[in-house]
Amino acid sequence: MNVDTTYLIIKSLMVLTIFGITLLIATYLTYFERKVAAFLQDRLGPDRAGPFGILQPLADAGKMFFKEDFIPQNSAKSLFILGPGIAMFTALLTGSIIPWGPQITLFGETFDFQIADINVGILFIVGVVSIGVYGIMIGGWASNNKYSLFGAIRASSQMISYELAMGLSIIAIVMMSGSLSLKDIVAQQHGMNWNVFYQPLGFIIFLISALAECNRAPFDLAECESELIGGYHTEYSSMKLGFFLFAEYINMFISCAIISSLYFGGYNYPFMDMVTDPTVQGLIGTAVLFGKIFFFIFLFMWIRWTLPRFRYDQLMHLGWKMLIPLALANMLATGAVILFNQ
Amino acid sequence: MSNLQAYNPNHMSLETIDGEIATLNLGPTHPATHGIFQNILKVDGERILSAEPTVGYIHRAFEKLAERRNYNQITTITDRLNYCSSPINNMGWEMTVEKLAGITTNKKIDYMRVIIMELARIADHLVCNAVIGVDTGALTGFTYMFQEREYIYELFEEVCGARLTTNIGRVGGFERDFNSIFYSKLKAFLKGFPARFEEFNSLLERNRIFMDRVIGAGPIAPDRALSYGFSGPNLRAAGVDYDVRVMNPYSSYQDFQFDVPIGKDGDTYDRFLVRQEEIRQSLRIIQQALDGMPEGNHYVDVPGFYLPQKEEVYRSMEALIYHFKIVMGETPIPAGEVYHSVEGGNGELGFYLVSDGGRTPYRLHFRRPCFIYYQAYPEMAKGALISDAILTMSSMNVIAGELDA
Repeated sequence: MNVDTTYLIIKSLMVLTIFGITLLIATYLTYFERKVAAFLQDRLGPDRAGPFGILQPLADAGKMFFKEDFIPQNSAKSLFILGPGIAMFTALLTGSIIPWGPQITLFGETFDFQIADINVGILFIVGVVSIGVYGIMIGGWASNNKYSLFGAIRASSQMISYELAMGLSIIAIVMMSGSLSLKDIVAQQHGMNWNVFYQPLGFIIFLISALAECNRAPFDLAECESELIGGYHTEYSSMKLGFFLFAEYINMFISCAIISSLYFGGYNYPFMDMVTDPTVQGLIGTAVLFGKIFFFIFLFMWIRWTLPRFRYDQLMHLGWKMLIPLALANMLATGAVILFNQ
Repeated sequence: MSNLQAYNPNHMSLETIDGEIATLNLGPTHPATHGIFQNILKVDGERILSAEPTVGYIHRAFEKLAERRNYNQITTITDRLNYCSSPINNMGWEMTVEKLAGITTNKKIDYMRVIIMELARIADHLVCNAVIGVDTGALTGFTYMFQEREYIYELFEEVCGARLTTNIGRVGGFERDFNSIFYSKLKAFLKGFPARFEEFNSLLERNRIFMDRVIGAGPIAPDRALSYGFSGPNLRAAGVDYDVRVMNPYSSYQDFQFDVPIGKDGDTYDRFLVRQEEIRQSLRIIQQALDGMPEGNHYVDVPGFYLPQKEEVYRSMEALIYHFKIVMGETPIPAGEVYHSVEGGNGELGFYLVSDGGRTPYRLHFRRPCFIYYQAYPEMAKGALISDAILTMSSMNVIAGELDA
């Protein structure tokens, strides 16, 4: 077996694993969200399907599949179908460059626990995330419903504004690490040398922007049910609706993974050098990464079930007049410190 | 009507938005309308240029129905006006009949009524303020406060056996005295509720996002509010200290110490704050009524209206006759006309009753505050964003049942 074939097989397995894990986690995030909401609201949450309701996501998926797949008569049919597809596709794409763990050597083979180590990894993420908004825009526009259109317009303008702040806060990280590759950035935060200690302001800006990018409350203007009924997915039903909702949960999962990688050291954990076996060290690292991700997911849900949402103009105000200047100042300060230390 | 005719769903093209003005149907079935009423909005982007409200989606012709019903049966109709605070409507109606029939109630009945009415006011305001939270996107406070409202419903259940459409009380008093379970539950409520209520308050009152959302949303000037005929919390939020309980006390409200909170700008935030403060004042009133509960009967002797005790019906001829007359609805009432109003959950709830001496009203008109508020909606929504307009609607607490009657 030559090296290329092995490499291909390993990578294919990796793709399938991460694809499967992402889908599984996104599925169970719906359950988790409902349980967290129930916990915060003094309710029980789903508890009928299976013990503690853990089969609820499967029941939901079954329902989604068997619902009538309705396409409005006056909609742009092909675009109407394309919308959720794009949303789902881009949501799944970003998982490919996240380093899920350090290098492990197993059966004489060295595994990078990462599908692709692109040397412009961060640019790739920002790029793919911006394509994601097309799914919402196309879906909302093609529905031929004014509420959907409002949702789509809100979503696109919101994403465009918050991507800037997000990008600017990432630039400060890139300036510090000197690399655009996520793998390098994570590797540099070895042990407890996490970026959040150097970039607290950048982290806050990134967190807020990530909430906005995921269309999560308090930035869920694109689908705010009390104003726009369902926002961009008002006209969607069946698995197309499922795709939109699913994409949102995948995005949340990936955003939390990126926050953990960029600011909280990814798979790094304190005293990791005391674990001598690199395989064990790597496996603990992966577990730690998932722990961090779930913490942030919980934080996202906590925020969603606590805060009211912004109004459209206030959202723009926050994005353009507060976050972007702050991110610029942060970038400037980072540059000054780097220059001073040289 | 011209707008309705011009509107054709098949031509709901996107080009209209691309141009300048689009027509947006907010309702009749929209999650924010909390009931069935429609607003035809003309919007330029998200900004509302004009709003045209339409009513009548759940019109049930209550005023006409009332002309065929005897006085005790009309109480059930009033349940369905503002169904968030049915007991106030019930008792308002009972007091109207008592006023026309010249029945005076004793202090015990008055105090019992005050307790029930103030509980209903708390429930009503809780729903309204919790829903303002929901419409700004904060759902959690809503679930907290619905738990409290649930508890208030349990109290109602203890008194009359019903929860939402209570049909509580009778002309001439109550069907039965408050029992000991009611008193113990009420005391537990008075003890535990304030802390939980302040927790809810802390979720919203000084929340930066919430304040940004509601301050300046849907304001109305006091003179405009007065000329529309506003009353209740919405008028007080605009800065006019008009409260029926103080201006024209009924049911011994003059015995109680309470403050009438007023706002300044008449915007959504002021309406929210006024309702929050009124909940605290209602608690004060309930506590005073509970402490000063007089001895006495829970009914007065009005044989034509108040159903006699069952033992009496089996024993005495007179009681049997009255029982029959009341059940068959054959109690005549003196001819005359009377207006009585109570401070409802939403504002001055008035009953204008004209009797020609028969067994049913000749004419009955409900002064429904929601109907009046809704007329001001176009003015308040004009120039606002869609988000503001929705908050304006929920903070005015327009209840479809009361709007359409």
